[in-house]
Amino acid sequence: MSPFKQSISNWGNYPLTESLVYQGKERPASGPYIARGMGRCYGDSASQAQIWSSRANRCMLDFDSNTGVLTAEAGLTLDEILQTFVPRAWFLPVTPGTKFVSLGGAFASDIHGKNHHGNGCFSDHVLWIDLENAEGEVLRCSREKNQELFELTAGGMGLTGIILRVALQLHPIETAYIKQRSIRCRNLQETLEQILAHQHWTHSVAWIDCLAPGKAMGRSILLLGEHAKANELPEKYQNQALKPHSTQQKNFPFFLPGFALNSFSVKTFNFLYYHKHLPKQKEQLVHYEPFFYPLDAIGHWNRIYGKRGFTQYQFVLPPDQVDGLIKIIETIRAHGMGSFLTVLKLFGPQKENYLRFPKEGFTLAMDFPLSPKLEGFLSQLDALVLKHGGRVYLTKDLRMPPEMLMASYPQAEQFRQKIKEMDSKATFQSLQSQRLDLHL
Amino acid sequence: MKHCLILGAHSDVALAIAHQLAKEGHSLWLAARRFQDLEPIQKDLEIRYGVPVACFAFDAEKPESHQAFVEALPECPDEVYLVFGYLGPHPGSLEHPTDARRIVQVNFAGAVSVLQALALAMQKRGKGAIAGISSVAGERGRKSNFLYGSAKAGLSAYLDGLRNYGYHHGFHVCTVKPGFIRTAMTAGMDLPKPLTASPEQVAKATISGLRKKKGRVYVLPIWRWIMCLIRNIPDSMFRKKQL
Ligand SMILES: Cc1cc2nc3c(=O)[nH]c(=O)nc-3n(C[C@H](O)[C@H](O)[C@H](O)COP(=O)(O)OP(=O)(O)OC[C@H]3O[C@@H](n4cnc5c(N)ncnc54)[C@H](O)[C@@H]3O)c2cc1C
Ligand SMILES: NC(=O)c1ccc[n+]([C@@H]2O[C@H](COP(=O)([O-])OP(=O)(O)OC[C@H]3O[C@@H](n4cnc5c(N)ncnc54)[C@H](OP(=O)(O)O)[C@@H]3O)[C@@H](O)[C@H]2O)c1
Repeated sequence: MSPFKQSISNWGNYPLTESLVYQGKERPASGPYIARGMGRCYGDSASQAQIWSSRANRCMLDFDSNTGVLTAEAGLTLDEILQTFVPRAWFLPVTPGTKFVSLGGAFASDIHGKNHHGNGCFSDHVLWIDLENAEGEVLRCSREKNQELFELTAGGMGLTGIILRVALQLHPIETAYIKQRSIRCRNLQETLEQILAHQHWTHSVAWIDCLAPGKAMGRSILLLGEHAKANELPEKYQNQALKPHSTQQKNFPFFLPGFALNSFSVKTFNFLYYHKHLPKQKEQLVHYEPFFYPLDAIGHWNRIYGKRGFTQYQFVLPPDQVDGLIKIIETIRAHGMGSFLTVLKLFGPQKENYLRFPKEGFTLAMDFPLSPKLEGFLSQLDALVLKHGGRVYLTKDLRMPPEMLMASYPQAEQFRQKIKEMDSKATFQSLQSQRLDLHL
Repeated sequence: MKHCLILGAHSDVALAIAHQLAKEGHSLWLAARRFQDLEPIQKDLEIRYGVPVACFAFDAEKPESHQAFVEALPECPDEVYLVFGYLGPHPGSLEHPTDARRIVQVNFAGAVSVLQALALAMQKRGKGAIAGISSVAGERGRKSNFLYGSAKAGLSAYLDGLRNYGYHHGFHVCTVKPGFIRTAMTAGMDLPKPLTASPEQVAKATISGLRKKKGRVYVLPIWRWIMCLIRNIPDSMFRKKQL
C-alpha cells in the first residue's frame, strides 16, 4: 500500500489539510507525522501534512469469553465491537457519545462516558497496549511494564507514538437495553442537586439549555441509565434481548448554509427538547443505541454547521466552583452564543495524568460554529475556566493558546520534557501539538 | 456450511467477501502471498463469526506451484473467489517491460493457471462454483491502461469460456466486472462517486451473482451502459481520445 494524498478534516470540518496518508506497514521516511483513527476529534489533534491512518488495521486478535478481554488492532471501532459482542452479552466499559471512534483514538484521548463518575476513563479498562515508537520498536505497555509510557500515552494525543494494539476489558451485560429515567430540572441549581443525588446511577448526563434567562438559567433534562437485567425486559423484547444496534444510518446530505443555525433555531431546539418530556420524571426502557448514541442515527450531522466548520468547547471545573459554572453560562447567554448541544456531567475523582482531561468536577460541552467573533468569546471563557481551576479538553480543541494549556494542566510541562527525552527529533506532532508548543 | 476459497485474500474486496461469507456461516480458506500477514485476518474472522478459517500461501506469479497448492487444500472447495489482480504504476506504457510482464502474469496467466487446476477438481467432483473478479477495463483496449485492460480482457474471455465448458461438467463460473472500486488500489484517486462501488457492494454482487448462477455481473448497473457506449465508439475516433 503506497501513501496517497487526501484532503482531511476532523469532525469540526476545520482545518482542512492536504495530507499524505500512510497505512498498514508504511511509515513516512521522517517526521513529523501523527496517527489518526476515525477523525472524530473536533479540531486539529489528528491533523498533519503526513498522517498514519489506522483504518487498515482493525482486526480482532483474541477474545477470552471467560474474562471478557478483547485484544484488537487499534483501528477497530467501538461500533464493530458492539456489533460483535452485544449478542454475546458484553458491552463497552466506557463509551463516548459516538460509536464511530477507534480503539487507538479512544486511548490517545483517554475518553470518558456517561459513567465517568463511577467507572473512570477508557484507559482504566485497558490491560495493555502495544506502542510503536519513533525508532519503530514495538513496546508492550501496561501498569506493570513500561508503566510510564502507558501513562504518557493515555490521553497523550498520539504524541508518544503509534498505538498498534489494545487489550480492553469488556463489561458483562444481560440485555441490550437501558432502564432510563429522565428528570426535568428547572434551573442550574436543581440540575446540579439532581446530578449529585443520583450518583449511584451508572450513567448520568444532563442536556442543558444555556439560553434560558433568569430563574430558568441552566434548566435541563437529566438522563440516568442502568443496564437492564434479563428479568426486567417486557415480553415483547425477550426474544431480542441482546440485539445489537442497527447498521442503517441516514446521512445528512449537504452542508447547511451558515445562517441556518442562528440563535433562533438553537432556541427552538432547546425549547422542544425541554418540553418533550412533560412529566417531571419519566421511566422508560430504551435500547442502548438511542441512549448512548442519539446523534449517530444521522451520519455527517456535523454538516449542519455549514462549510465553515465548528468547534466544541468542553471544560471541567472542580466541584466547589459552581459560581464559575454560573458565570460561564451567563457569559454564553449574554453573547447569545447558545449552543445546539450542551451537555453537563459529573466527573468522579481521577488521578492527574499528563495530558488527560478528566478530573473531579462538572464538565460542560458546547458546540459553536466558527466565526470571526468566536475567538474573542472563547478566550473570555478560557479566562473564566482558568480562574476557577478548570481546563479544556484537547480532543475537542482547535484554538487554545499554549499558555492556557501550561497553566491548566499541571503535568503538561513534564509531558513536554518526557516526549523530548524519548524522541529528540519529535517525530510525532500534530497541528495541535505544534500550536500548543509541546515540542522543545 | 460451504468451503469457500478466496484467492488474493488481502485485498479490500476479498476481505469484504470473506466477511459476508463468514457472516453466513461458511468456512473460509484464505490464500495470499505474505502468508504470515493473514494471521490477524484469520483471527478476526474466527472471533467475529465463529467460523473455521484456514490460510494458504499462494502466489499468482508462480504457476508451477499451483497444482500443488490445489492438492494441498483439505478438499475441493465448493466456491472459489478469484480476487487478486495487479494494476501497477504503469498499466499503459512501453517503458517498463518487467511491470508489463507482471501485469499479464498476475491478471491473466496466473489466474488461468490456478483456475485450470481448480476447475479440474470441480469437474471431477461434478459440482462447484467460481467467481472471477475481472474488470470493465477489459472491454476495450485504452491508451491509459492497455496492459491491464488486455490482461483483464483475456481473463474475462477465459472465465466466459470456462462457464460454457463448466455448464456441461457440473460447475458454474461467473465473470464479475466492477467499474471503479474504493480500495487500496485506488486510494487517493479522485473517483466519480456515482460510478464507484464500495468493496462491500462488490462482495454482495459477486456472491449473489454466483449463487444465482449469473454469467456476467456488473456491480453498478450503470457500467453496463457506459461500456456499451465505449465499445461502440468508432475506432478512428477512439484512438484520438485521452481515455
Ligand atoms: C459526536 C461525538 C461525540 C463525542 N463524545 C465524546 C464523549 O462523550 N467523551 C469523550 O471523551 N469524547 C467524545 N468525543 C470525542 C472522541 O471520542 C475522541 O476525539 C476520540 O479520540 C476520537 O477517536 P478517533 O478514532 O476518531 O481518533 P482521531 O480523531 O482520529 O484522533 C484523535 C486523537 O487520537 C490520536 N490517535 C488516534 N489513533 C491513534 C493511534 N492508533 N495511535 C496513537 N494515537 C492515535 C490522534 O493522534 C489524535 O490525537 C466525541 C466525538 C464526537 C464526534
Ligand atoms: N479498485 C478498482 O477500482 C478495481 C476496478 C475493477 C476491478 N478491480 C479488480 O478487483 C480486484 C481487487 O482489487 P483491489 O482494488 O482490491 O486491489 P488491491 O488492493 O491492489 O488488491 C489486489 C490484490 O491482488 C493481490 N496480488 C497481486 N499480485 C499477486 C500475486 N502475484 N499473487 C497473489 N496475489 C497477488 C495483492 O496481494 P498483496 O496484498 O500480497 O499485494 C492484493 O491483495 C482485482 O482483481 C482488481 O483488478 C479493481
